[in-house]
Amino acid sequence: MANDPEEKQPSADSPKEPSAPKPPAGEGESASKPTAPPAAPAAPPAKPPVTPGAPVAAKPPAVPGATAAAKPPAAAPPRPPAAPPPPKEGPVALDNDLVKRYKEKFGPAILEAWVDRKQAILVVARELLAEIAIYSRDDEKFDWLSDLTAVDWPKREKRFDVVLNMYSMEKNERLRLKVQATADERVPSVQGIWSTANWMEREVYDMFGIIFEGHPDLKRILLPDEWQGFPLRKDYDILTQDTAWVRENLGIESGQ
Amino acid sequence: MPDQRIPFSTHADQTVLGADEIVLNMGPQHPSTHGVLRVKLRLDGEKVIGSECVIGYLHRGVEKIAEHRSYQQFAPYVDRMDYVAAVSNGLGYCEAVEKLLGAEAPPRARVIRTILTELQRIASHLFWLGTHALDIGALTPLFYCLREREEILKIFEKFCGARLTTHAFRIGGLQYEAYDELEKDVERFCTPFDKRVDEYESLLTENRIWVGRTKGIGILTAKEAIDYGASGPVLRASGVKWDIRKAMPYAAYDQYKFEIPIGKNGDTYDRYIVRMEEMRQSRLICLQAIENIPAGPIMGKVGKVLKPPPGEVYHAIEAPKGELGYYIVSDGTTQPYRVRIRPPSLINLEAFDKMIRGHLVADVVAIIGTLDIVLGEVDR
Repeated sequence: MANDPEEKQPSADSPKEPSAPKPPAGEGESASKPTAPPAAPAAPPAKPPVTPGAPVAAKPPAVPGATAAAKPPAAAPPRPPAAPPPPKEGPVALDNDLVKRYKEKFGPAILEAWVDRKQAILVVARELLAEIAIYSRDDEKFDWLSDLTAVDWPKREKRFDVVLNMYSMEKNERLRLKVQATADERVPSVQGIWSTANWMEREVYDMFGIIFEGHPDLKRILLPDEWQGFPLRKDYDILTQDTAWVRENLGIESGQ
Repeated sequence: MPDQRIPFSTHADQTVLGADEIVLNMGPQHPSTHGVLRVKLRLDGEKVIGSECVIGYLHRGVEKIAEHRSYQQFAPYVDRMDYVAAVSNGLGYCEAVEKLLGAEAPPRARVIRTILTELQRIASHLFWLGTHALDIGALTPLFYCLREREEILKIFEKFCGARLTTHAFRIGGLQYEAYDELEKDVERFCTPFDKRVDEYESLLTENRIWVGRTKGIGILTAKEAIDYGASGPVLRASGVKWDIRKAMPYAAYDQYKFEIPIGKNGDTYDRYIVRMEEMRQSRLICLQAIENIPAGPIMGKVGKVLKPPPGEVYHAIEAPKGELGYYIVSDGTTQPYRVRIRPPSLINLEAFDKMIRGHLVADVVAIIGTLDIVLGEVDR
């Protein structure tokens, strides 16, 4: 792996360190809020002027250029906006009957709706998550919660996405609910709606430090109870550990 | 960063002990917990009136590692989760990334994947049966089961060189072409295998001790099973006819005929029956699949450096233990932005507390066994 330059490159420049609190923009944005694909051209108008020729000719140089030259200036250039990105893969706004029913019932609480890789995603208001979950389970028959997890986007104002993957046995259909939360905001627990969410929410708390309001027994599940820090946050480096805990409990200087 | 922990109430069950009650600690080093599971039991005499599972002893931070590896580099790691069903883990991951890329494995690769995954299901169920029976006191099935499992592991070894953590598949298809004798080997294993399953059943199904130890133990109704997110044989034994292979076919499952066995009572005995029948069905799938393995390439069109377009995907497969889901978020770079693995063992284990209440201490091992957990997957 070390002798493959293509492989090494991303680990060097992949902007996974959230050090700079640049407000929106960045690729965290582009991947998480892709409802309006045409909005993307905001950042990279630098690309078209480089190739004054026919727009067709712009394509071939764009690829090698992206890998070789675009390394230092972070995220914006590698995705040329000139070509229409959405048709192949990626998120497209969604407005089918399902979304209409949700919007009718909850109105502005349904913030966004899109479909990505043929999978429907709803972004809903954090405060109403419990109500929306009950409605999903009872009226829309998404009775089986297959997964509850979170994603950290440190560059975003509301850094966490809490993601619920629901499945309907009756309709044989999946739906994903998302809520966004800052590090200080609490997310309503859905443990009372699906018992399975109990451990899933504990794991999200364990790994991200997101606190679920109304959870009966929110404590760490995989890590030791006294552990400090939340490992799946992006600002928790892969080599980081709670050295004090390791020293005290394992009697060694480092667990690496 | 300030400590964000808030004082949480401990489990209501543990706060006050009655005069006759004791707390019994089981594990993490206990032969019947199948690894390093620790269970705290609250007992009234021999009756279990509450329990708490303590997990995490095998936590390796697989999801964090994923964020620091390229898509291909991470693939071998998933084999280390459910290490008795590594092939299934690999299939789920490869298909999830393929979905993310918008690529597809060619038909030949899909059929070979199906064969190996079904063999893996049989191997996983055999291992479960042997150890589960051993826990309850039947020693013999273990030897029979491992004998048959060995045949499957030999096929894996011939196919990719590894027996346990196989890394058999690659994103986009297969690394290795099927070896010349694959069909013959699979046939040689499968043809007499239904008699072997009958043999195990003749040891257990009507055995009075077995029936006494499993019937009516750890009942999970259909409603509870759905509420607890149970999947796989645990869910089907409760009477819910749901199998991802049928509901949302992947690999080449849509080409084959097979039944979904279901139970009625949702007890330990029904889960045993369901898994036995599943082995027979897997055998049928394998036999159908080797009839006609399409010719053609084994690798689809994916580049050497994988850069999925930004976005996310949730892909689940029916692993031997239940729904194994991968939720992968891409930010357009060569490394996944986030990989969440939905482990069936963990979620099934969550129902343990519900199932054990009211039963005796001796039933604890029966219920842990019937859930078919692998701690490598519970803790990741």
